[in-house]
Amino acid sequence: MTALLSITGVTAFYGAVQALRGVDLEVGKGEIVALIGSNGAGKSTLMMSIFGAPRVRDGKILFDGQDITHMPTHEIARLSIAQSPEGRRIFSRMTVYENLQMGAAVAGYAGFEANLEKVFAIFPRLKERLKQRGGTLSGGEQQMLAIARALMSNPKLLLLDEPSLGLAPLVCKQIFETVKRLNEQEGLSVFLVEQDAHHALKLAHRAYVLVNGAVTMSGRGADLLRDPKVRAAYLEGGAH
Amino acid sequence: MEIFLQQLINGVTLGSIYGLIAIGYTMVFGIIGMVNFAHGDVFMLSAFIALLLLLLLTQMLGLAAAPAFVVALVASMALTALWNFAIERVAYRRLRGSFRLAPLISAIGMSTFLANFVTVTQGPNNKSIPPMWDQVIAITSGGAYDVTLSYKQILIVAVTGALLAAFWFVVQKTPLGRAQRACEQDAKMAALLGVDVNRTVALTFVIGAALAAVAGSLYLLQYGVVKSSDGFVPGVKAFTAAVLGGIGSLPGAVLGGLLIGLIETMWGQYFGSDYKDVAAFSVLAITLIFMPSGLMGRPDVEKV
Repeated sequence: MTALLSITGVTAFYGAVQALRGVDLEVGKGEIVALIGSNGAGKSTLMMSIFGAPRVRDGKILFDGQDITHMPTHEIARLSIAQSPEGRRIFSRMTVYENLQMGAAVAGYAGFEANLEKVFAIFPRLKERLKQRGGTLSGGEQQMLAIARALMSNPKLLLLDEPSLGLAPLVCKQIFETVKRLNEQEGLSVFLVEQDAHHALKLAHRAYVLVNGAVTMSGRGADLLRDPKVRAAYLEGGAH
Repeated sequence: MEIFLQQLINGVTLGSIYGLIAIGYTMVFGIIGMVNFAHGDVFMLSAFIALLLLLLLTQMLGLAAAPAFVVALVASMALTALWNFAIERVAYRRLRGSFRLAPLISAIGMSTFLANFVTVTQGPNNKSIPPMWDQVIAITSGGAYDVTLSYKQILIVAVTGALLAAFWFVVQKTPLGRAQRACEQDAKMAALLGVDVNRTVALTFVIGAALAAVAGSLYLLQYGVVKSSDGFVPGVKAFTAAVLGGIGSLPGAVLGGLLIGLIETMWGQYFGSDYKDVAAFSVLAITLIFMPSGLMGRPDVEKV
């Protein structure tokens, strides 16, 4: 399997605090890869550092064979990587429709109408709220919008940061099913950060465990799901 | 009554010019949260560029007034835009991530630099153009006083209205405007969606300067004179207009401009012109105390 995204020896700092300590990670073409770990392990930092915000201090990030380590954020986005980021970051004073337009802009609005229909099919709720301002949506609706916005650009790689956060279990399940379907039918590669380790590991082909800014374990999702250490730390007690 | 009507016309004219300058303040504040205190001086600079070109074209090259004004206007817009682009690049961009006061101080420095540069090169006194287009339409006649509306005043109000409509459309309906609003709300997210934030900010400065240049050229046309210190007071009044209208709001900027123009003109008429600036600036203080988000400022609706 060719690596679509390959991260080697990446370190990153917030001021003097080291958030990532030499992370190695790969996402292959057509793969779903999950990154699990507790709060503050550096999952979202890794996600954002792929986009150069924060910049990594050491290490290298390749996308589709191209070195993107020092590329400006907006140029990385133009390589067809889309992210539904931590905190959703909906443009709250724009309508749902305008938020979706923002997502499509990077792809030059290619296939806009078709993509719109596609995301409405996944999230019919958004169609009802089309003219409403992003800030007036509920948390779950905002999460849907963030994912939909990311899908509007026909990405090669979709980064999802905690897609289940704030969602009702049913909607959450639906989102995971959607991700799976997009992966199977359209070959979309997905890199997923989740606290809900159970669902993430079930969905992912492969997964990594991040502890204190370093990868401590990796393997097939199904194997990690059975691993006693993973079970003890992330699955039993607390999670579903 | 005639006097009131005449002052209403004068106030709307002056207010339109303030409104055009205020758009530049409001757009820049919207996108990077900074008050560009050099904006008033950019306005003054544009009036000087228009003045020099107008004199050159009409007095030395013998061009007719109308084409000369159009050429001067367009050239002034281009040069002023270039200048504001350079200011952003040199004096503000690197400070954007710094503490909030840093770009503000830099802007005051730019303002001082610009005002003094023009003073040194052009002298501190009023520079004037020969009167142009003095035709007027008499609205009332036979009374104690003839109320008139000049062609220039019609031009000023029409240009302001047309530019506001055009920019409203750009900001609301075009990809450029959406990118601009996205940067206003969350620059980092905008970058994640492929928006070149630096370019968008630079473009905002260019547009703001071009509008200030329109205001500067119209100001020169209407009042016939400009001096190097004219950046400060009209600049601060336009800033007041932006705050009164609700900083960040385009129609608010023009509404605020009209109100400030009217308040100033009416105060000057009925209470004496010595205190007209005090009246205009009292509005700034009152707005900030009682209505900080302005007349058309947006209340933030956000759910977390």
